[in-house]
Amino acid sequence: MSTLNTLTIAAARDALRKREITSVELTEACLTAVEGAGALNAFVHHTPEIARAQAKAADERLQGREDAPALCGIPLGIKDLFCTKGVPSQAASNILRGFRPEYESTVTQNLWDAGAVMLGKLNMDEFAMGSSNETSCYGNVVNPWRRSNDPTPLTPGGSSGGSASAVAADLCLGATGTDTGGSIRQPAAFTGIVGIKPTYGRVSRWGVVAFASSLDQAGPMTKTVRDGAIMLTTMASHDAKDSTSADLPVPDFEAALTGDIRGKKIGIPREYRMEGMPAEIERLWAEGSAMLRDAGAEIVDISLPHTKYALPAYYVVAPAEASSNLARYDGVRYGHRAKLGPGDGITEMYEKTRAEGFGAEVQRRIMIGTYVLSAGFYDAYYNRARKVRALIKRDFEQVFAAGIDAILTPATPSAAFGLGEMADASPVEMYLNDVFTVTVNLAGLPGIAVPTGYDAKGLPLGLQLIGRPWAEGDLLNHAYVLERAAGFVGKPAKWW
Amino acid sequence: MSIDIDTARKVAHLARIRVPEDKLPGLAEQLSGILSFMEQLNEVDVTGVEPMTSVTPMRLKRRTDVVTDGNIQASILKNAPDAREGFFAVPKVVE
Repeated sequence: MSTLNTLTIAAARDALRKREITSVELTEACLTAVEGAGALNAFVHHTPEIARAQAKAADERLQGREDAPALCGIPLGIKDLFCTKGVPSQAASNILRGFRPEYESTVTQNLWDAGAVMLGKLNMDEFAMGSSNETSCYGNVVNPWRRSNDPTPLTPGGSSGGSASAVAADLCLGATGTDTGGSIRQPAAFTGIVGIKPTYGRVSRWGVVAFASSLDQAGPMTKTVRDGAIMLTTMASHDAKDSTSADLPVPDFEAALTGDIRGKKIGIPREYRMEGMPAEIERLWAEGSAMLRDAGAEIVDISLPHTKYALPAYYVVAPAEASSNLARYDGVRYGHRAKLGPGDGITEMYEKTRAEGFGAEVQRRIMIGTYVLSAGFYDAYYNRARKVRALIKRDFEQVFAAGIDAILTPATPSAAFGLGEMADASPVEMYLNDVFTVTVNLAGLPGIAVPTGYDAKGLPLGLQLIGRPWAEGDLLNHAYVLERAAGFVGKPAKWW
Repeated sequence: MSIDIDTARKVAHLARIRVPEDKLPGLAEQLSGILSFMEQLNEVDVTGVEPMTSVTPMRLKRRTDVVTDGNIQASILKNAPDAREGFFAVPKVVE
């Protein structure tokens, strides 16, 4: 059996350009891997016909050319949140069952223009609302990693859980994810892969189903930092169709990976040392900062005083925006419409459609958002949260103004937990998964999760690096140094 | 601030989500739990702070007000649960 699906994007690109392998061979290896991985429930819409046609076209494009785009012929998985023309795109929600967009998202169009190959659509939490991939209308995604000598199925994290599981299990070479509060970085950390949330505005949001528009940002999920750099370079672009898309040149992020961070200042924020933090997370963090110090960086203690208020601010702002964005699912233009009883009017149609189409967590967040935006509470909740958000951003600005180049934190408060283990937890307890990642979305900064170690049961753990706005290249270079020093090469033992 | 059953019913209606009467107490309790978590925000001194409107300090771009697309009626209606004679069809709105 071919093992081409285990290649990194960088290795496959080099082999494709030298014609040592073909995209058709590479794509077939991935399709076979996808076929055999039903137990992970990562791929929910398979597009082998599209993949084979794109692979054939990529091989023609690569013929005798060493300057074909880096992603030419590379098989990828696409999160179900991205609209892909003629292919089901339903944000893992029953309310969009049967929806086949008549258009292509800018990010996926950029990928196909570069010659990338689409294997299919990836599972996720419904409307990207969740941290364990247990809110999907397609059912749970299973993490390919297991605790040693324990077959308990674990969560891959969320919301980009299908993307994380697929990349970690070598079903695809890379995948797209989206990150509103940690939805790329937390699942990346839970599955031992790399996940990048770019600066807000770096990647177009056009054609990506909206959750919280001021926080949403798409990014790559890959096996290595280099692969993330390659994919981000293609995903990012200025786009007139997204008014918040930055009109800035997109550098070649891979070229920034020099491995030299001598003299750089790394901030260690004292507020991220949470009460009750597991000792192994504490140790991982200390080891990471030692690795960066050994590479010639200076480690500096810093303070981000409003950190504690990031989660409550996020859980006002994100549901408020979600309640507005999700108002469009009304059973009129696309998706599900409830069967109506005699005498039912348009209000009953809306109410029944939305009760049937949205899952429990989505309904809860819409209602929280509706409440905090309602007359009499708008100032007390929504405006106050936006003010606190301004203070959180200011914390980071002050630290960067003082000369800090990157900030090192844990990516998650724990390793992957068991599916169902949080079933009795309150919604707020589940929200704590995002405690280290939401600040980055609130401040619009780039962040990356890098696997650097294991917990006592052999599960991967990751660290997060946070960078200056628009300085993804520099951030990725720090991550590259961390990745090389940590030497994380673990792969889940195949059981599926 | 805790949410009572009447408020939960009102919020569900504002959100246009039908919630059966027997589910309202549970919903009220969950919403109250989330809101009490948000109460922490009251500890922050926000005097003189402007609410954030845009996370990146950039002016929204202007564009020329011209038609750039059109004649795609079939595409627009393609995913409609009920489309008739070139329109989206809905239950009777005006009595």
